[in-house]
Amino acid sequence: MTAVFLGIPTAPPGVGHLRGDRSFPDAARDSLRDGQLRANLGHATATIRGKRAAVVGEVPDWAELREAGRAIKAATMARLDEHLIALEEQVTARGGTVHWARDATEANAIVTRLVQATGADEVVKVKSMATQEIGLNEALEAAGIAAHETDLAELIVQLGEDTPSHILVPAIHKNRAEIREIFLRTMPGVDPELPDDPRRLAMAARAHLRERFLRARVAISGANFAVAETGTLAVVESEGNGRMCLTLPQTLITVMGIEKVVPTWRDLEVYLQLLPRSSTGERMNPYTSLWAGVTPGDGPQDFHLVLVDNGRTAVLADEVGREALHCIRCSACLNVCPVYERAGGHAYGSVYPGPIGAVLSPQLTGVEDNASLPYASSLCGACYDVCPVAIDIPSILVHLRAEHVEAQTRTTPEALAFRALSTAMSHPRLWRLAQRAAGLGRFLARGRPTLPATLPPPASRWTRSRDLPTPPAETFTQAWAREHGG
Amino acid sequence: MRVALFATCLVDTMVPQVARATAVLLQRLGHEVVVPPGQSCCGQMHVNTGYRREAVPVVANHVRAFAGAEAIVAPSGSCVASIHHQQAAVARRAGEHALADEAAALAERTYELSQFLVDVLGVTDVGAYYPHRVTYHPTCHSLRMLKVGDRPLRLLRAVRGLDLVELPAADQCCGFGGTFAVKNAETSTAMLTDKMANVLSTHAEVCTAGDASCLMHIGGGLSRLRSGTRTVHLAEILASTEDAVSPHQATTPAVSA
Repeated sequence: MTAVFLGIPTAPPGVGHLRGDRSFPDAARDSLRDGQLRANLGHATATIRGKRAAVVGEVPDWAELREAGRAIKAATMARLDEHLIALEEQVTARGGTVHWARDATEANAIVTRLVQATGADEVVKVKSMATQEIGLNEALEAAGIAAHETDLAELIVQLGEDTPSHILVPAIHKNRAEIREIFLRTMPGVDPELPDDPRRLAMAARAHLRERFLRARVAISGANFAVAETGTLAVVESEGNGRMCLTLPQTLITVMGIEKVVPTWRDLEVYLQLLPRSSTGERMNPYTSLWAGVTPGDGPQDFHLVLVDNGRTAVLADEVGREALHCIRCSACLNVCPVYERAGGHAYGSVYPGPIGAVLSPQLTGVEDNASLPYASSLCGACYDVCPVAIDIPSILVHLRAEHVEAQTRTTPEALAFRALSTAMSHPRLWRLAQRAAGLGRFLARGRPTLPATLPPPASRWTRSRDLPTPPAETFTQAWAREHGG
Repeated sequence: MRVALFATCLVDTMVPQVARATAVLLQRLGHEVVVPPGQSCCGQMHVNTGYRREAVPVVANHVRAFAGAEAIVAPSGSCVASIHHQQAAVARRAGEHALADEAAALAERTYELSQFLVDVLGVTDVGAYYPHRVTYHPTCHSLRMLKVGDRPLRLLRAVRGLDLVELPAADQCCGFGGTFAVKNAETSTAMLTDKMANVLSTHAEVCTAGDASCLMHIGGGLSRLRSGTRTVHLAEILASTEDAVSPHQATTPAVSA
């Protein structure tokens, strides 16, 4: 049974960034031809892969930690409702306000209303996948509110009027020369002699952002974790820009997917070890900010937590696919994925690219709205190997492919072919006939060791770049039976 | 030991010399080889493309063909991985619980070639002779689903005359991935191009692996480039000796065993 039959709503179309306007193979075609993008991605992912492997290798009990990470998530998801209610009680008890949003539209409306109530017409933002997912910046802009991204990579993407292509490093597809060009073009008052030295680029961004931090009255963040037993929110980051947003403004609005809750403070211990090593390849991230409600005279005096579903309950209803909700957004799977490395993040059409995106996005939107994504994998399994919470991404991909096939109402040529093959392969005599038909390829080959390169589709998709050997006159089993009396 | 050989649909139809080599090798090691005539496919292609309902009769046929076999060996990491990880699951999902139990029991007795040689027969030196410069590509399903580890390398190191050269970025996927190679042909080609560059950087004459499917993809690319580097299945290398012409060198499928 699919989520649709259960009547649990998926993320609505027309809002947010979970759907691309092209299929994966079509979108990938552009990036595959972009030599600069391929070089940038290849270099960045190879570097981060090496760093991750080194720091994970240092931890003697990594396998046990990973299993703990998996087990806590599985147990939490099994009682998600109870943990969320406990979280609401604790946040409320500490002076915060909790809002529940069924989907992106509701979440955007809640946040817009909260910002408008402060009278502010601009906000600073901590890097957040949840707000990217729901398209919050666009919703705020429509209401006349400017949202300034403060994470360096998010800033680059925002200034370049681009979209993120990686969960952790949204501007991974840009090199420093391209970043310099964006800064020169878009940053008011930037030094026209700005070099492409990373330090100088960071200093330019710092000067640009400092002014915004000091001016902002409202900040919007996401959350890496929310501790149910204490109502504590956590943001893990590298630059400290997030901490500026979390501490300076008067009002703080945190937008969080409901799957981010962990039951106890102690559970953080596991994830704060798994996350930085898996994501940036660091032993510990430079800044971990934790806050609970409001503290008079210190930090934001008005705190709101917006809990967003946006299809997550539908994912939870799928007993195979629900594991995708365990994701802690470390992006290790992106960095090892050979498909991501070549096609780049934009090909996935969703804010969640790479292997985890290929299983999460179609589930959040309903498989038919992202039907090409479950096939955007060679099922090599590298993602499963590195996942710090052991999400079996290849098995979920295969499961989602089946969901897609079973949702088809019209019979496709592919379905016909697979049904015919199934019939042949389950009847040995028919199978021998089918094999003999394959041997007819010898007729096309006319004595050459490979078949002609100009075969009709879908075979042409193979022969465009690869030779196909001429099938032999006799199969192995036929020859064996003849020799041994079959 | 009496060993049932599962040729796999691809090997049987497209590269019969790989199954032949597997049989020759096992016989040379003193074992009786039987080839159950009803065999066709493990069902992996159907499961991985999303046709799990259509996979069930294929799994049933496989279980029927190999019922009663003491040990089953296949020269394919991905097919054996599918037998271990997918067959019982698709049957169970379809409500075919008896079939699921039989498939699970059969999986316990099913081995990929290098696992069978090293773990069951306890040999690493199979008496092979193969005087070529060879690099080894650990296919994804052998490496990650079956965890064959360094077994193929241990077998290759014991082959006389063989010069084994390390493949850079060996554990990266070659881009085959079954129907992925057709559905995402261009991404697949990009992955293949990088794999070929690594193979060619070793100056090996031969790239070997435990999966005929990945080798057909890599070999098809190398052939299109007119690179001169060829792909040869691990079974063919292990079957080669000083006295016997390696089965793959036959221009037509060998008829004499």
